[in-house]
Amino acid sequence: MSSGVVTPWSASARPIARRGRVRSDDVYRALLQLLGAVVLGIALLIVVECARGAQPAVRAFGWGFLVGTDWDPVAERFGALPYVWGTLVTSAIAMLLAVPIGVGAAAYLAELAPRMVGEVVSFVIELLASIPSIVYGVWGMFALAPWLRSILEPWLISHLGFLPLFQGFPFGLGILNAGIVLAIMVVPTVTSISREILRSMPRTLNEAALALGATRSEALAVTLDAARPGILGAVVLALGRALGETMAVTMVIGNSNRISASLLAPGATMASVIANEFTEATGKLYLSALIEIALVLFVLTLIVNALARLLVIWAVGGRRDVAGAA
Amino acid sequence: MNPRTLTRAAASLAALVLVAGAAHAQSLTGAGATFPYPLYSKWFDAYHEKKGVAINYQAIGSGAGIQQVKAGTVDFGASDAALSDAQLKDMPRRVLHVPTVAGAVVLAYNLPGFDGTVHLTPELVAGIYMGRITTWNDKRIAAANPGVALPAAPILAVHRSDGSGTTNIFTSYLAAVSGEWKDLVGAGTSVSWPSGVGGKGNDGVAGVVKQTPGAVGYVELAYAKQNQLPIALVRNRAGKYVEPSLASTSAAVDGAAAMLAKDVRTPIVNSPAPEAWPISGLTFLLVYQDIKDPTRARTLADFLDWAIHDGQEYAEALEYAKLPATVVKVNEGTLRLLTSGGRKLAAARE
Repeated sequence: MSSGVVTPWSASARPIARRGRVRSDDVYRALLQLLGAVVLGIALLIVVECARGAQPAVRAFGWGFLVGTDWDPVAERFGALPYVWGTLVTSAIAMLLAVPIGVGAAAYLAELAPRMVGEVVSFVIELLASIPSIVYGVWGMFALAPWLRSILEPWLISHLGFLPLFQGFPFGLGILNAGIVLAIMVVPTVTSISREILRSMPRTLNEAALALGATRSEALAVTLDAARPGILGAVVLALGRALGETMAVTMVIGNSNRISASLLAPGATMASVIANEFTEATGKLYLSALIEIALVLFVLTLIVNALARLLVIWAVGGRRDVAGAA
Repeated sequence: MNPRTLTRAAASLAALVLVAGAAHAQSLTGAGATFPYPLYSKWFDAYHEKKGVAINYQAIGSGAGIQQVKAGTVDFGASDAALSDAQLKDMPRRVLHVPTVAGAVVLAYNLPGFDGTVHLTPELVAGIYMGRITTWNDKRIAAANPGVALPAAPILAVHRSDGSGTTNIFTSYLAAVSGEWKDLVGAGTSVSWPSGVGGKGNDGVAGVVKQTPGAVGYVELAYAKQNQLPIALVRNRAGKYVEPSLASTSAAVDGAAAMLAKDVRTPIVNSPAPEAWPISGLTFLLVYQDIKDPTRARTLADFLDWAIHDGQEYAEALEYAKLPATVVKVNEGTLRLLTSGGRKLAAARE
């Protein structure tokens, strides 16, 4: 708003105009504030309700709940560690596989792909993102599991079986299967967001690198480095989906509450145990233990997101240094 | 149509509704188990047609059904597992169990290249699920299957990952036949499985079994039949290898009738009857013994009475085992306990 020149007529006209504007602005602001508060309120309500529902379990097990390895509904002893473990390990496998593929595909689509090819690949990636998770589960169970059982897992056992990671029977279902299915599910998230980030990078960055005599791959590395915070954001979103994915994981992970070092062994995640056991959880303590798992999952997601934010801030800081030096 | 005719029409319609409401006492609501839902849904249709009582049932799972009964939001609950003493004590008022039908749980397996039928003793079933017997050519399995050679494949014991009445029946059986199982694992709708993998639902278990050579998993009889899975024979308490069927399931209920007369919640697994399929269980309706509203109490009592008598005729077509006459008698005794405001209901059936 410009102020400065006060004319005789504006002095009398302005207050009226401002009063009108202020009123509508106030309404508008209040409305938006309300909508913003609703989002906060929903998140807060979820935490409060989970915390309230989890009270009996919290009182019975305390912090031991987080490190307890027993999950025995008959004896009413509950510990969440097998599920925390399963969630973290499957998500780690998923990210290990999905990030290189996703970022690589994004770099190809943004920088190298001919238009037609780029459009076809982008279309397929968006298609992957829109497939319901139960379809991934069915695919994991009926297509991936037989392949893992008859080809990949026997190979892993005979060649890398000296590692505890690859010991046991090749049954096809388990942590490894769940990790691979999750990876495929989150690749579209990584790819499509990274692609948009890379496209939004100034062309001058690339051109400057080329002008300085960089090869094409070196120029791409410069662009990728500049896009790092955005790509990290994409990875975090993908990780969020991997941590919380329920249906597909439940179908392929083998649902066992034992912690095993082997990736071939069955396991369970926090989301899968809730999906499995909530409807028939008859005891009060049992139900409350499941709600506490939900609370732990919520907090874990919160921590992961917070860490990712820090990572992005750190990455942006790094880029500023680069920019300053350049 | 002028306003007056309209008013008159509305008035007569209202009168009609009122009269109808008074003549046929209203509707009932229930919630709970999913296992008997196909039968219950058939019952409610048939009962609505015959008696004009609409019954609204939500198949939300036994656990949730019990919660709803406790909260008093439904007229009856349904559960595949009988309530424990602690759960009964937790209820605001006295709750009665009315078993409606029985179901059988069978062991389906996948042994490519094996044409015979696998015979299992109770010890073998427990040993496999304990993780103590890990290959099909184990000599303990061979001892129960004389004259046939089972492959050297590793055994994958498949269980239900979701809490379910099927698991309750199966683990109650294991706890009844194996002291070790009873002490280390126990029985319930979900347990801490010592080995194997879990599949979600009957279809999940059957899917893993079909997919994995060497797998064995427990599913409902009806499901195994519909999907034509090979089923293992299990030796019963009388020492006979009995084929699982509706008849052998009803025989198991009949064999347990004396125990049921004492406490209807007693698990009927490992029944002593010579023709009994040992892995059987009942599913229950849960009602409060005393229901304040006399019309409501009457309607509910009438329905329960119909269910345990006429309703039984629908069971076999849907692959549930009928209640034997001995257990119908036990139920009749239970229904006589129903009261409204402390006053006995008049006998429904003469």
